[in-house]
Amino acid sequence: MTAQLALDDAGLRRLLHGLPPVDQVGADARAAKLGTRSIKTTAKAEALDLAVRMVDLTTLEGADTPGKVRALCAKGIRPEPDQPDCPSVAAICVYGDMVETAKAALAGSGVKVAAVATAFPSGRAPLAVKLADTAAAVEAGADEIDMVIDRGAFLAGRYGAVAEEIAAVKEACRTGGHDAHLKVILETGELATYDNVKRASWLAMLSGADFIKTSTGKVSPAATLPVTLLMLESVRDFRAQTGRQVGVKPAGGIRTAKDAIKYLVTVNETAGPDWLDPDWFRFGASSLLNDLLLQRRKLATGVYSGPDYVTVD
Amino acid sequence: MFEYAPAPESRSVVDLKPSYGLFVGGEFVEGSGGAFKSVNPATEEVLAEVALADAADVDRAVAVARKAYDEVWSRMPGAERAKYIYRIARIIQERARELAVLESLDNGKPIRESRDVDIPLAAAHFFYYAGWADKLGYANLGPDPKPLGVAGQVIPWNFPLLMLAWKVAPALACGNTVVLKPAETTPLTALLFAEICQQADLPPGVVNILTGAGATGAALVAHPGVDKVAFTGSTEVGRMIAKQVAGTSKKVTLELGGKAANLVFDDAPLEQAIEGIVDGIFFNQGHVCCAGSRLLVQESVAEEVVDRLRERMKTLRVGDPLDKNTDLGAINSAEQLARIRTLTEAGEAEGATRWSPPCELPERGFFFAPTIFTGVSQAHRIAREEIFGPVLSVLTFRTPAEAVEKANNTAYGLSAGVWTDKGSRILWLAQRMRAGVVWANTFNRFDPTSPFGGYKESGYGREGGRHGLEAYLDV
Repeated sequence: MTAQLALDDAGLRRLLHGLPPVDQVGADARAAKLGTRSIKTTAKAEALDLAVRMVDLTTLEGADTPGKVRALCAKGIRPEPDQPDCPSVAAICVYGDMVETAKAALAGSGVKVAAVATAFPSGRAPLAVKLADTAAAVEAGADEIDMVIDRGAFLAGRYGAVAEEIAAVKEACRTGGHDAHLKVILETGELATYDNVKRASWLAMLSGADFIKTSTGKVSPAATLPVTLLMLESVRDFRAQTGRQVGVKPAGGIRTAKDAIKYLVTVNETAGPDWLDPDWFRFGASSLLNDLLLQRRKLATGVYSGPDYVTVD
Repeated sequence: MFEYAPAPESRSVVDLKPSYGLFVGGEFVEGSGGAFKSVNPATEEVLAEVALADAADVDRAVAVARKAYDEVWSRMPGAERAKYIYRIARIIQERARELAVLESLDNGKPIRESRDVDIPLAAAHFFYYAGWADKLGYANLGPDPKPLGVAGQVIPWNFPLLMLAWKVAPALACGNTVVLKPAETTPLTALLFAEICQQADLPPGVVNILTGAGATGAALVAHPGVDKVAFTGSTEVGRMIAKQVAGTSKKVTLELGGKAANLVFDDAPLEQAIEGIVDGIFFNQGHVCCAGSRLLVQESVAEEVVDRLRERMKTLRVGDPLDKNTDLGAINSAEQLARIRTLTEAGEAEGATRWSPPCELPERGFFFAPTIFTGVSQAHRIAREEIFGPVLSVLTFRTPAEAVEKANNTAYGLSAGVWTDKGSRILWLAQRMRAGVVWANTFNRFDPTSPFGGYKESGYGREGGRHGLEAYLDV
């Protein structure tokens, strides 16, 4: 597996279709079984804090305003104003035009700015537009770029086009001497089969992705545990074969601490503890953080507090 | 590393009595053969004292069962019998947690398996056969099949309540009455099941439970008042039973040992195959007669499969069966542990390479680390004898024909597994495997609607499904 591989459609097809197939029933069963691990007391406290540190706190609405983004940044830096031991989230994820606002609001906090680019969420725009979109976000200060792949090209078997586009966007991440991390969104809900999820994961990794991400959050189903399991297996095998470690980000639909902990267990028992770090695993979520905070309080005080005890930002 | 804090299931849901009698005629009665102790294999603590049934107790139970058969159960319309069986199924569901904890205490199996597999499947068997009770004429076994009479049933210690359900549910649905002997080391859930029969208002004598050891089982099987013998256990005991009932009018079904082949081809969904191998041999500590204890891997992927399997085995958690995160619990008894040790030592002595992941075993109780042997040949004892423990023998093959030949080269024939992405190969193999069940891209999957049983020294007769009715009907 080197970059010397022929990146034409036929060469990529041979490579991707040569990966061991996935049996859907078995993959679902494995994910369900991992979901029954019972994480309590100290392990739960550790998991909740880790999950908070892995959150890409996200707002991707047409109605986003600078005020909304600034409020979200404040929450991301200090999720629990009265509990200084509560960690910050990993990043704030916004549309490209909000990068400057977010960057200013997060200055000095260590919280990263992630921007969705490449005509998110459909990705249906000419390559030049996608690259310009990416470059603009990078120049505005985005630390991380979340790009969408061309699902149409992928489903049509035009793997070369998908690979070239990812490589070109990765190049655009280096605009102006920056080096933004590239998260490649596979939009697994549109890929239809688990074999496709696995192939798309490898295609993205071979093309230079720093992270592979399940979904935009705009398509149902978004992140699922079995799909995340497949992606974790892929990054594990990819590192074993190439030496390069790639991160994984499930996004969309993860709303409860209980679900987040199931994902962490899956990371732990699939890719391994090396991935249990915000550098290598993220949750793309908007409402997950509040449930993590409520569960954190429950663990500390022994009683449940209501939704009014966490902020709505 | 992300350490999982212990997540123990509470024992308080189980109300253990210091001693238990026999269940005969709808009541708990004293036995005349003394008593024995049932211990928790994970801690070696004594859980309860249980009555030992002798020949006189067997006489009494069979007589009571005969009376219940003649006067009540065989005369009752199928739809009425179904109501009782449905009621039992629902009570099993309602008391699932209690049953699961008791099963794990007495047997040593992890709570996640008793909770997620044993008890739900036991309830499912009662639900399924309740549905047949008033439809026996439509089971393609003749227009008006009749029950056989009194069924003497002897069950093993690996799935105590589930094996009880496999035996009792079809027997009752078909109109037979039952005298059942649970295994010596795991009698407690059967006694709780007796309470469930009381709770369901099952007519007295329809289900009778005699606790005891081998002699009790032998007396039951030999009793002239028994019309049908059903046994699950070792091939050795199965042979004795077959000899004992030969020449009598008793109907017999035997579910005996196994040494199943699990075949992995080079085009298999590898990740799922690894899970299937793990499920196949480490489920229930390998105390499974249909366990996939012989892994046959195509040579071209053998190294990769074994490497991945070793990595996966490092995540298996061995220890306290009541911890919800335990994957492998305790070996059921000291005797069984000794047998596993003997056979694994033989494996090393014969030149196979032994490997276990690093894991700390509890100091008390009977535990054995998950183990694989590579470099195994068909001539090794560990490739031929049933170990009945978490020990996998890895062999290789080069072609599909060789795979079939090696898979069938065994005295047993209960189950087999095949992992390949090719549908045509699955069908080709299923036709050639001499095994009662062939699983494709899965393993150890049980369902009340699916018949189960073996070839050769794995026994005869089928349990489960429509076929399972035949064993309890005069057709």
